[in-house]
Amino acid sequence: MHETMVAESLMEIIAEQAEMNNAKPITAKISCGTLNPVNDQVLRFAFEAITKGTSCEGVTLKVEHKPIKAQCKNCDKIFDIDLSSPQCFECGADDFELQPDAPLILEEIEFQTE
Amino acid sequence: MKKIEINKKILGENEKFAMENLFFFTKQKKNCLNIISSPGSGKTTILTKTISELKGKIKIGVIEGDIQTDIDAERIRATEAPAVQINTEGACHLSAAQINDALKKLPVDNLDLIFIENVGNLVCPSAFELGESAKIVVLSVPEGDDKPAKYPAIFAKSKALLINKIDLLDGGQVDFDIEKAKTDARKLNKDIEIFPISARRGDGMDCWCDWLIKLVEKSAQ
Repeated sequence: MHETMVAESLMEIIAEQAEMNNAKPITAKISCGTLNPVNDQVLRFAFEAITKGTSCEGVTLKVEHKPIKAQCKNCDKIFDIDLSSPQCFECGADDFELQPDAPLILEEIEFQTE
Repeated sequence: MKKIEINKKILGENEKFAMENLFFFTKQKKNCLNIISSPGSGKTTILTKTISELKGKIKIGVIEGDIQTDIDAERIRATEAPAVQINTEGACHLSAAQINDALKKLPVDNLDLIFIENVGNLVCPSAFELGESAKIVVLSVPEGDDKPAKYPAIFAKSKALLINKIDLLDGGQVDFDIEKAKTDARKLNKDIEIFPISARRGDGMDCWCDWLIKLVEKSAQ
């Protein structure tokens, strides 16, 4: 359940930003890659549980999953790779180079304005 | 509504410690291998056999990660190698800060190679960089040859794959297509080194140990 640790770090960053901006956070947009995805449901559950009674209580999490890309060694195309059947989307070759996976990032926070 | 761009790594705190560890290993010219697998794949047996096989050639120390108990560290100490046990008390993976602490308790100056035995889990440990020189994944044949396809992340990120318990393939006690596992792992990671071994019976341990010797020689230069 590494989502618990993700939820804790997320709460720390959001709380810090809420204090700096002196505003109530409403939504937080996060994104993650393919090799280390977070499970949205588990993350929301963990986040909800640990933020009770804090400045982060009630914050909605929006999670974007970014596909991992690969470059085909046969036709040079860069394509979103499906790891369950790893082959080039264009030519079907299975000789390719995986591109770096997207990191787990907190992209933006929306705050309530008076 | 007011939107503020943050663009901050959520696990940035872990990465800070991981960078510190990596810097430490590079400066000390030590290799550190992070061993990841399902529970029961034979990680500790592989380590005890590797330490015995390399006695007099490479000095090895081990950081053991488990949810609880120090059973594994005791097994390592029985080989006379130094071991530090970390209990994660429920957490399903080790974190870089825990490794940072554990390194202070290991006689690193006297070691050539440090193994980290991560908590048995094929998923979460692959998401937490520890500052290791490389990850090594272990897959034992009773787990099935479909694991590289089902848990691609760790196979894509590892420098080597140990296929353990191959003694169970004798007499068809276990259905495991070793070629399929190799092909699937290489689809995700064309450079991955693959060692079919039986730590219990000794098969393939010489190739694995030779590879470790070369790795240590290279980083000592």
